[in-house]
Amino acid sequence: MSTQKGLLKQRSLADRSFDYFNVLFMIVIGIVTLYPFLNVLAISLNNSVDSVRGGITIFPRDFTWENYQTIFAYDTLLTGLRNTVLRTVIGTGIGVLSASMLAYTLSRVDFQARKWMSPLFAMTMYFSGGLIPGYMLIRHLGLIGTFEVYLIPAILSVWNVFIVRSYIDGLPLALQESAKLDGANDWIIFWKVILPLCAPVLATVALFVAVGHWNAWFDTYLYNSQKPQFTTLQYELMKVLQSTSASSNYRDPNAQQMIASVSPESIRMAITIVVTVPILFVYPFLQKYFVKGMTLGAVKS
Amino acid sequence: MKSQTAEAAEVVQVSRSKRFFRTMLQQKYLYLMSLPFVVWVIIFSYVPIWGWLMAFQNYRPRNSILNQDWVGLKHFIELFTDERFYLVLRNTLAMSTMGLIVGFTVPVIFALLLNELRQQLFKRTIQTIAYLPHFVSWVVVSGIVTKMLSTDGGAINELLMSLNLIDQPIQFMAKGEWFWGIVTIADAWKETGWNTIIFLAAMSGIDPELYEASTVDGAGRFRKMWHITLPGIRTTFMVLFILSIGHLISIGFEKQFLLGNPLVNDYAEVLDLYALNYGINLSRYSYGTAIGIFNSVVSIILVFLANFIYKKVTKESVI
Repeated sequence: MSTQKGLLKQRSLADRSFDYFNVLFMIVIGIVTLYPFLNVLAISLNNSVDSVRGGITIFPRDFTWENYQTIFAYDTLLTGLRNTVLRTVIGTGIGVLSASMLAYTLSRVDFQARKWMSPLFAMTMYFSGGLIPGYMLIRHLGLIGTFEVYLIPAILSVWNVFIVRSYIDGLPLALQESAKLDGANDWIIFWKVILPLCAPVLATVALFVAVGHWNAWFDTYLYNSQKPQFTTLQYELMKVLQSTSASSNYRDPNAQQMIASVSPESIRMAITIVVTVPILFVYPFLQKYFVKGMTLGAVKS
Repeated sequence: MKSQTAEAAEVVQVSRSKRFFRTMLQQKYLYLMSLPFVVWVIIFSYVPIWGWLMAFQNYRPRNSILNQDWVGLKHFIELFTDERFYLVLRNTLAMSTMGLIVGFTVPVIFALLLNELRQQLFKRTIQTIAYLPHFVSWVVVSGIVTKMLSTDGGAINELLMSLNLIDQPIQFMAKGEWFWGIVTIADAWKETGWNTIIFLAAMSGIDPELYEASTVDGAGRFRKMWHITLPGIRTTFMVLFILSIGHLISIGFEKQFLLGNPLVNDYAEVLDLYALNYGINLSRYSYGTAIGIFNSVVSIILVFLANFIYKKVTKESVI
């Protein structure tokens, strides 16, 4: 009896120490994940000359808004911000609508074209024409040097279609049938029955599409690098990160003082924060939904 | 007699096609909601395949694709005799293999440990933090990585210096042989949290009775993790693993493009970058397409090979 008790106690001790180490490990992971962001934030809020001395951790030593004032005084960044916001808003609207519409038609077992349409879309997940044929296609379509090049090639994501479809498959069919008995046609059923019921999964899809648009830079690089009026935030950040000369554009030529005081490094950090902060305000609130959405997609495929 | 059957068949034929069109009319809204996307997917996913013809021509964008000089396998021969190609292939396979190993082991371990956390609020907080880097672009991540590894004020160098492990800052980004490791770690930092989602979902699907039964049998924490949790996610793991094998060769180029620099180019250049450099920057469209075709064909072979092996082992198909 006493040995058994001893064993139990021993186990719970091992158990408890495992718990402590696990919590400690998780805290370390949390720090490793967050520290770089906080460090960048601190430097972006720190006096540029002072930053060169190094040694800044997560608190600014010599607080200033100057770095942000400098980047926002520059038109290119504002143009980039405008274009990024525009493509994110419009692109997300299109992406959510297209994914749900197609998902609904493909979820209808009685739809006669489903037999050939489903594989037609599914196949595209396994192959791609590649970089150059894709580029030539955009060129032939006359999309190079346009704003539409951000939207049209991104109208549909087959992956998102399948996420929404597996969600619709899980909805009770009776709702559609009773709507049909009330005289609703497929178009009405989609808008009035399916779309409202799909809100949780559409939140996930909207997040994925929005983040995709917000983070895109390669299409600007490939198709619109000659068109400053269609530049995007990520592309501007990419240029500033890739070369020191690009960041010198951000120093306002009219303010001589600024040229002396704001270093390329501080400009990089400030733009990085501008690009990152909006995401911070969106994804934590949708966590419940995207976790479910990811799981749905994985189960289906 | 014969003509009678033919006639009957014809009647059936007519009524069948009549029925087909009647259903079609009934489902007009479904067609309306799907056909535009069919057109889109044909243009944006299937037409580029037609562009593969470019690889067998000396393609000039002025002329139509059928009105070009055909050169047969010239570009492929050139590709396979180019030394640079093998270097690029080595880089691609090295980084994708490292990414595959780290990208599966680390998230599984992380998910196992998350699954053992008792405090739900703490668990959710850690998860939220861990998902953050996934949503941030590679542009931002490359900037952060460069900053953390920089020689003036980079966190890693400062840490190593303060621990007296080194006396001179290390130029991480200038050392070619470190590049693969840096890309792999950056990728792990960005995606580990995100990749736990599916494993955690699989773990939450495990029957709790299994744990209760093993507690009665006297199994400890680690035995349960080893004998119940890990086998519980095996199917999910295998499916995801096989799907990723298909991507071994098409790992994209974003990380390498953004983290690379001329100093480390011999280690950073991957197939897609090679195609980009030749195909678009040097306007050698045909050559660039040949690289793309090699890429796609190998990917498809890899997917089917992996699926074939999986089928042999488990009698199930992933695709």
